[in-house]
Formats: sequence, structure tokens, C-alpha cells
Amino acid sequence: MSQTAYFNLPDVGEGLTEAEIVTWKVKVGDHVDVNQIIVEIETAKSLVELPCPFEGVVTELMAKEGDTVEVGKPIIAATVAEGAIGAVSTATRSIQVIPEESLPAVAEQHASIITNVPQIAAAEAKTPNLVGYGAAGHGASRRRPGAAIPAATGISAVVSNSATALPTAASALAEDKILAKPPIRKLARDLNVDITKVRASGPGGEVLREDILAGAEQASVFRNLTTPDVPQAREERIPVKGVRKAIANAMVSSAFTAPHVSIFVDVDATRTMEYVKRLKASTDFAGVKVTPLLIMAKAMIWAVRRNPMVNSTWTDEEIIVHNFVNFGIAAATPRGLIVPNIKDADKMSMLELAKAIENLAAVAREGKTTPADMRDGTITITNIGVFGVDTGTPILNPGEVGIVALGSIRPKPWVVNNEIQVRQVTTIGATFDHRVVDGDVASRFVQDVASVMEEPALLLD
Amino acid sequence: MVQFLSPDGTYAVPAEYAEYGKIIADLKEEDFLKFYRHMSRMRHFDGEATALQRQGQLGLWVPAVGQEAAQIGSGHAVGKNDHIFPSYREHGVAITHDIDLMAVLKMLRGVNHGGWNPDETRFHLYAIVLGTQVIHATGYAMGVKFDGKIGTGFAERDEAVITYFGDGATAEGDISESFLFAAINKAPLVFFCQNNQWAISSSVETQTTVPLYQRGAGFGVPGIRIDGNDVLASYAVTKKHMDDARNGGGPFMIEALTYRIGAHTTSDDPTKYRTQEEVDYWTARDPLTRLEKFLRRQGISDSFFEKCAEENEIMAGEIRAQTFALQAPPIENMFQHVYAESHPLIEEQAAWLKGYEASFEAEGGAA
Repeated sequence: MSQTAYFNLPDVGEGLTEAEIVTWKVKVGDHVDVNQIIVEIETAKSLVELPCPFEGVVTELMAKEGDTVEVGKPIIAATVAEGAIGAVSTATRSIQVIPEESLPAVAEQHASIITNVPQIAAAEAKTPNLVGYGAAGHGASRRRPGAAIPAATGISAVVSNSATALPTAASALAEDKILAKPPIRKLARDLNVDITKVRASGPGGEVLREDILAGAEQASVFRNLTTPDVPQAREERIPVKGVRKAIANAMVSSAFTAPHVSIFVDVDATRTMEYVKRLKASTDFAGVKVTPLLIMAKAMIWAVRRNPMVNSTWTDEEIIVHNFVNFGIAAATPRGLIVPNIKDADKMSMLELAKAIENLAAVAREGKTTPADMRDGTITITNIGVFGVDTGTPILNPGEVGIVALGSIRPKPWVVNNEIQVRQVTTIGATFDHRVVDGDVASRFVQDVASVMEEPALLLD
Repeated sequence: MVQFLSPDGTYAVPAEYAEYGKIIADLKEEDFLKFYRHMSRMRHFDGEATALQRQGQLGLWVPAVGQEAAQIGSGHAVGKNDHIFPSYREHGVAITHDIDLMAVLKMLRGVNHGGWNPDETRFHLYAIVLGTQVIHATGYAMGVKFDGKIGTGFAERDEAVITYFGDGATAEGDISESFLFAAINKAPLVFFCQNNQWAISSSVETQTTVPLYQRGAGFGVPGIRIDGNDVLASYAVTKKHMDDARNGGGPFMIEALTYRIGAHTTSDDPTKYRTQEEVDYWTARDPLTRLEKFLRRQGISDSFFEKCAEENEIMAGEIRAQTFALQAPPIENMFQHVYAESHPLIEEQAAWLKGYEASFEAEGGAA
């Protein structure tokens, strides 16, 4: 029985990714011997003659003179005697042998590979680096030499006479959809992001760092993952411009025009956490991100209705009390802190608000927040709890008179019925413009928010 | 320059080199035939390994075509107690010491770090970092001296050391330091420099202004230049100075003037930096051809050469089959012999690699 053997373009240098076919020394129908020079190729380093690894009759030249071929791609096919394969059968790296009866399957596979260009192309470029300097090619991830890879990449030899070997290779490909560099995979693991679920926005369909970050909880993203080396320079000078300048101006104008007063209250948020859990499990909220921040937002909107003065603007001549809530959320982004707001958040259902928060966060992370998104806020929340801190004294977003900080929520001892129990406890911190908001109003507002956190059922009121 | 076999295969002993000539006079026919057999095996092995690299079976190959006489002659001059510290192109010396050639190929495929036991073979592992082996050899030879294993009066107990390096390595400070330490300690060491005229793309003229065999003189290491394409000169001169070293004569340098007919490695393209005329000049001085001419003139028949060719074909087929059958070793192997005992840094690296490897498996179905 005869078989078809392929010779895949090897890496003849150290870490080459492609070569140009210069001259074929054989043609279809020619008999070739082991080590007979069959083709001259030109790599980035030199002109190289390739000796044939098998003896047989050439059935196909798979690249034309002048073509640039990626390392690992088959360049020639030949019919070889089964006995002749003995020396070159198992575990070959750049020869691939396929039993004749399974050839149609191979042909199909070639076809499917051609139609699946984006992913496969990236996968191929990295295959054949036996040794050498770094990964071959510009592929998104390396694939292990010798791993089951379908025909066109062909570093595995299919020598079994059973045609079932081929579907196995094909299904391996089907499952193996994720293209990502190892550091990106590690980042996904570190941030608890399911890499199979994120959008792959790389040019070859590979998952990029940004995709992982977009899929991560904000807290995870901004936790320091590594400790960098101390820079050589003793000082680094960063020009004050853009977002940083805007933040500074806003903070200074806020801190030095509005007299700030901050108050704090500890609260047992156990029921909020349970509520969040139940919402997550409910079918209505399937696929929507539900967090304690959502309940907090709802609580604030509810408390605003009961204490409208915290949702106003000071203009020297008059105090404008807003009967709507443009709900600002301070968002840490790669560009710095920004405070986009959800317009008319008070008109929204829980589900609508959840979606709006999720959308706001996503837009902010992508750096696509528009000035309009940040204008006309009426009250703000800053979720510093995601950074693992208990509370803080937030500074007002200019034009607003109230801002609330949500601290971390974690198990702490809490007195219930004169007994110490472990409850999910958090601290709500809030800052107000004391020109507008008196201590009693401020306290009542914060207590209202706290009461919802303690008993979210109040929202049904 | 010591030469006994001219390029056309004529044998003559110049009067000034009579004492080397005496060593050749002691050789029997079977020794000459062994030289030829090993030189032709070395060349054939080289060709097969180059082809295997071009077929994607080796990461790299380091051809030594043209240097057969220098390596086979000197390799056979090494005594049974002596130690050899090679560079990375000494496939011929390996042949003279029965090193498993598959071990050499495995190393250049990247599946082992050498794989032979220098304690048993006395042929130490290939040194990829230029010149390091010369320092190792010097230290080893100093040890031999300190152990009192030279000039014992019992020739079968005495030891010496030989180290191989190229013209390029002579520009390394390591070599100069070795000259100094070998000289002041009177270490039993032969510095065998194969001047193949090209350090990758740097010609020897750019590396030295005095002949290389004179390089050691200022340190106290005398030297001599031989025709490196003459296996008899290579054998006789090496034999003489290894014997001297074993007798307590101290270090000596041999510069074997030869030529690297092939590329520096399979990653190199020598046509970019040297002329075809130069290659042709040296091809006309080929070591194998001249020995064959000499042997035929001595009456050695076709059948011998045919048998050599046949043996070479068999050898090539065997290494070809074995190379194609090579499997990647367990990844842990690379950490196992870095230190004799467990080491926290190596363990950390091994653990990191394990995680990195696991990231491939996470691709799903890749295994």
C-alpha cells in the first residue's frame, strides 16, 4: 500500500517564520530520493537548498515559485511506499504521512482551513520552532510542537491506517478556539475572568489584554498585580493635562468653594448581599451584572426623594433643587478618575438601572465616555469598597452638593440582640456642601440610605 | 608549518620535523585505514546532519567539513588516560572516542544537554559559550598536576589534557588567562587551535596580527603550526606534545591551519562574506582527498573505499531513522542536573514552567 507524505517548510535558521520558494528542482511525477535537493528557498538569512526527507513520486507542489510560505506549511506531497515510511513515520516534526484512504478527509480539512483563515493563520505561524530564539511568527499564542494540529500545520504525523485519527485532530481544533498569549491567559486567571467568554478583539481573533480587563470586575483590574522595579530616574515629571488637569481643577474648585462636611455610618448589609444574590439568580436579571452598588444607587435615589436638598445645586443667588436624579458614578479608568452620570436614573426600574450602570462602566473603561455623559450630574456615588478600603471622605463633584462613598462590605462582628454575630458590614461615608445641606438633613439622608442597605425591602415602599 | 602529506598526497618528512616523522614511522597500515575510515565517517555524518536540519529535524547543525584531518588525527593521538575538552564542532574527535553520535544530534535538536558521561568517555561535553572549555581544561590539567599524575615514571599512569578551540576564541580573554595559568602551573595541557580562518563572518586577519601559534609564547606556552588538513601531521604533532605533557613538559599550543568549507552553522550563509575562489583554493587542499590519494598510492584497493562508503550509508540511515523517531523529553529534565541537590531558584523556575505549560493545555484539546 502506498501513502501520501507531505514535507512541511522547516525553520532552517533559528526562529525564521517564512521563506520564499525560489526554484523547484522537481516537478509532479518525478521520482525523488531521500536527501535529493528538491527546492531552493530564500529565508531572511540566506538561500537554502532543501533536501527531500523521503523517497517517492511527487504528486503535488503546494507552493509556486515566488510564493512566500509560512514555516510549517506543506510545500510538497509525494506518494511513498509504506515500507519507506518506517524510517520517517512516528513523531516526525516536519514530515507528515497520511494513509491514502483518508485523503478525501484531508482535502476537506484543507478546504475548511482556508475558509477559517483568521484563527488558523495565527495558529500556524507559531508551530515549527523546534529550538531557536523565541516564538516563530506573529501568532497570538504558541502551540506545542507535536500537539495534534490539523493537516495544514502538520507537525504531527498521522500514520495510523485508521482514518478516525483525522476527525480527532479536527475536533481538537474546534474546541481550541481561544487564541491568547500566555501572559494574557495568566492575567485572565489572576483576574478570575473566563477567557472563553470575553470578546476577542485582536486582528487574528486573539484575546487581548484589553478584552480581559473589560471582562474583569473593576476591583480586580485596579488591584496592583505586580510590584514594578524602582525606575532608574530619581524623579519622573508628568505634564499636567487632559483628564488629570480636569480632575485637579474640579477638585480644587470643589474643595475650596464648597465647605465640606463628612459623616459616616456603619451598616449591616447582610440582607443587601442576600438580595444581590437572589437578583443574580433570577431569570429577569440573567446576563445582567448585579452588585451591591446597584442596591446602593436605588437606596440613594429613594433617600433623595425623602431628602430633596441633597440633590441640588448652589449658585450664590439661588439653590436649584432637582426633581430628577442624574446619578453620577465615579469611575477609575486607565485615563484617570471620571464621573459620568446616568440621566434620569430615578425613572428607571431596578433592571434598567442595572443595565445602565453596566453600560456606564463599560463605556468608561473603554475610554469612550463623552463630555455629555459627565455633564449635569445631580448626586454621585464613589465605590471605593472595590479597592478594599472601608471608607473615605469623598470630595464633591462640582455643581453637586452630595456624594456618597460605599466602602468594602465584609464579614465583621456585629451586635444582634445583644449577641455578637458575623454580619456583612460596611461603612457609608458621605460628604455634603454645608452651604446647602444642614447636619440634620445630611444625617437623615445617610440614615435613609443605610436603612435600605439594612433592609432592601424598603425599596418596595 | 609541519606537513607530511602534500595536497596531492605525496608523503615526505622534512629534516627539521624528523622527530615527528618517527612517530609516523611507528604507525601500522590499520592505523592509516582507521584515519581514513573515521574521516570519511565524519564527513558523511556531517552531510546527513545538515540534511536533517534542512528537513526540520534539528534546530541547528554545526558543520565541520574540511576539518576532518585536524580532528581525527589529533583525536587518535590522545592517550587512554587523557581528557578532552571540546568546543562545539568536534564531531570528529567524538568519533575517535566512540561517542554516540545520536547524543550529539539530540543536543542539536534540543532534547538533551549532551548526554554522554565525560567521566567514562573522557570526552567532555560540548561548550557552546566560546572559550569556556579552555578554562575548564586548564583547571582540570592543573588538578592532574596537583594529583601527581604526570611524570610518574609509569607511562600507563600518566595523564594529560587537550582542549579544542577555534581562531575566533583566541580573541577571548579566557584563552589568554588559560595560557597564563597553564604556564605558571606547568599544567599537562595541549591547546589545540583549529584555525579554520573564519569566526562566523570575521576573518582571522581581523583577530590577530601575529600567527596564532605564537600567541602563547609570551605567557610561556610554546607553539607550532601544522597543516591542519594533513592527518599525519595532526596525529604526530599532537602525539608528541601529549606525551611531553604527560612527562611533565608543561603546556604546548598547536595551531592547525585548516579551513571551514561549510557554513559556520546552518543559520549562516558564508557566500555573503567570502569569495568562491577562496573556497575553491581550500577545496583543492581537501584533507580526505589527499589521504585517499596517499592510500591508493600505497596500494589500498577500491574495495576498502567502497566498504567505507557502504558503512557510511548504513550509519546515515541509522541516525536518520533514530532522529526521526526522537521524542521530546519530559520538561523536568532540563532542571534536574543544574545542581546536584535541590535548589530553591531552580524549583521556582520549574514550577513556573509547569504553570506556563499548563496554559497550553488550557487551550483545550491541544494535548
